[in-house]
Amino acid sequence: MIRRSVFNTLGVILAVVWIFPVYWMVNTAFLPQSKSRTSNPTFVPFGGDLSAFRRVLTPSFWNSMQLSLSVTLLVVVVALVFAFLSALAVSRFRFGGRKTFVLVILIVQMIPAEALFISQYKMLQGWSLLNSIAGLSLVYVAAVLPFTVWMLRGFVDGVPAELEQAAQIDGCSRIGAFFRVTFPLLAPGLVASGVYAFLQAWNEFTLATVVMSPSNKTLPLWLRGLAVQTNQATDWPAVMAGAVLVALPVVIFFMFVQGRMTQGLVSGAVKG
Amino acid sequence: MVSEPIAPQAVSEGAFQVAPDDHLDLPLRQPRKSLAPYILLAPVVVVLLLALGYPLVRQFIMSFQEFGLGQQLGTEPPAWVGLDNYKTLVTDPAIWTIIGRSLLFCFVNAASTMVIGIAIAVLLTKVHKAVRFTLTTALLFAWAMPVIAAMTVWEWLFDTEYGIVNWGLSKLGFDFIGHSWLIEPLSFFFVATVIIVWMSVPFVVFSVYSALTQVSEEVLEAAELDGAGGWQRFVNIIMPTIAPVIAVVTVLQVIWDLRVFTQIYYLQGAGGLASKTDLLGTFIYRMGISQSNYGVASAVAIFVLILTLVITSGYVRTLFKEAE
Repeated sequence: MIRRSVFNTLGVILAVVWIFPVYWMVNTAFLPQSKSRTSNPTFVPFGGDLSAFRRVLTPSFWNSMQLSLSVTLLVVVVALVFAFLSALAVSRFRFGGRKTFVLVILIVQMIPAEALFISQYKMLQGWSLLNSIAGLSLVYVAAVLPFTVWMLRGFVDGVPAELEQAAQIDGCSRIGAFFRVTFPLLAPGLVASGVYAFLQAWNEFTLATVVMSPSNKTLPLWLRGLAVQTNQATDWPAVMAGAVLVALPVVIFFMFVQGRMTQGLVSGAVKG
Repeated sequence: MVSEPIAPQAVSEGAFQVAPDDHLDLPLRQPRKSLAPYILLAPVVVVLLLALGYPLVRQFIMSFQEFGLGQQLGTEPPAWVGLDNYKTLVTDPAIWTIIGRSLLFCFVNAASTMVIGIAIAVLLTKVHKAVRFTLTTALLFAWAMPVIAAMTVWEWLFDTEYGIVNWGLSKLGFDFIGHSWLIEPLSFFFVATVIIVWMSVPFVVFSVYSALTQVSEEVLEAAELDGAGGWQRFVNIIMPTIAPVIAVVTVLQVIWDLRVFTQIYYLQGAGGLASKTDLLGTFIYRMGISQSNYGVASAVAIFVLILTLVITSGYVRTLFKEAE
């Protein structure tokens, strides 16, 4: 059928359009600087090398890596523990104020960072937490908590409370029943929520720009600094090598949680 | 039906009011008057109050104050100016230009993203399995790219001297050698739109495609047997199934494109003229952080906040209903 082959061709063209920037990033990262600065672009990095990666793995990269890792780790652990406790409360208990809490979580999730960063900046300034791991982590944890609570609540809801009750009848304590029966079933939910928090903290740019100073950059700030240098011509292979280094862990983790994130955002719209 | 005493930490936080008609749809599993749920909630509540609640209140207060030189030097407390900042917001044509520009930008981006995203999702149902796999993989990679990594790549693609876009257009016979894409505001916003649509389309495709797979084959076949044409089947069977997903995704796109900061801020640094390309997000940043004009910046931020909450209210209600 002609129609079918038109659709297939269109599909392949669209795939090429969407993958092209990613391919171009990887391609450029393996080129020597001279090959990026010609009027005839190189499409396959034959004869390429790792020199761009060597130029980019400077002490300033490692400083940013250390900062980003510290902040991300702190955010993931704190957000996961806190959100997990809240998800338990909301999912396993009925109590006054429960609905209000769920509603507040949902509303807070919609608040854009841009609508609050002025006063968050003033607040951290007042507490002498500007340009610090603690300050940045605090605003990050607050930013990821609403969605992680929401996501984990869904997972806890998915484990029937009857399983725990059965274990209690068989002689487990309530807490014992929870840790032996429910907790193992929640592992995928905890992983998905943890990866979500990781991606947010690792990629975040807006609040990092507001909170951190030029001397203390997270990886996204460092990468932007590399590309936007006013005093010299941009070393594009080095910038692309930097982009590959920043993107690599993200792409790997992202593949794990993609399905769950789509579901979390549109759940409630379709049954299924 | 629950008449538990409110936990002390909950009272002081104000977020928790015991709703006397809070219905119990599940049997109680804990002894009445248990403090356990409140203790479990406390960490999240404390963090949210500290890092979001307090700034929100403070920002609201700042929007009624003026911050001049005396406050910057730390010698005077900010002066109360009542609704002056909001008056500025309403009367200053420069701010209206930015609001209008942001709304237009948001509309163009959200509409383009939705149209292209839905079209690709429908296309996915009509192509060969191998093509579907190739296309979804490509979209997944684009979606996974960290925003700043993606921005550096796009800056490089549109580079004035050695960018592949200028090279390609010149090969096709257009004179694009040495063309700067970011100097002209209209061209600047075109580049920003290309980037944002590229980044946002994958989420739309995956959401809509997964909704499309829920459309019942049997119902479609039955309709065909009854003589319904392709368009009739689309309007009467497929659309009602995917409409709720499209509604939700549209709301999310609108609020994401309304507050866009990173891409605009980045492109301004890469050669755009900030004064002619500011949208709400970058404007608040420049006003507040760069110029320390916290009063007006806070008023504009409150405006953005209220606008967002109004736009998302329906979506929040749906999610809430689903949860209960």
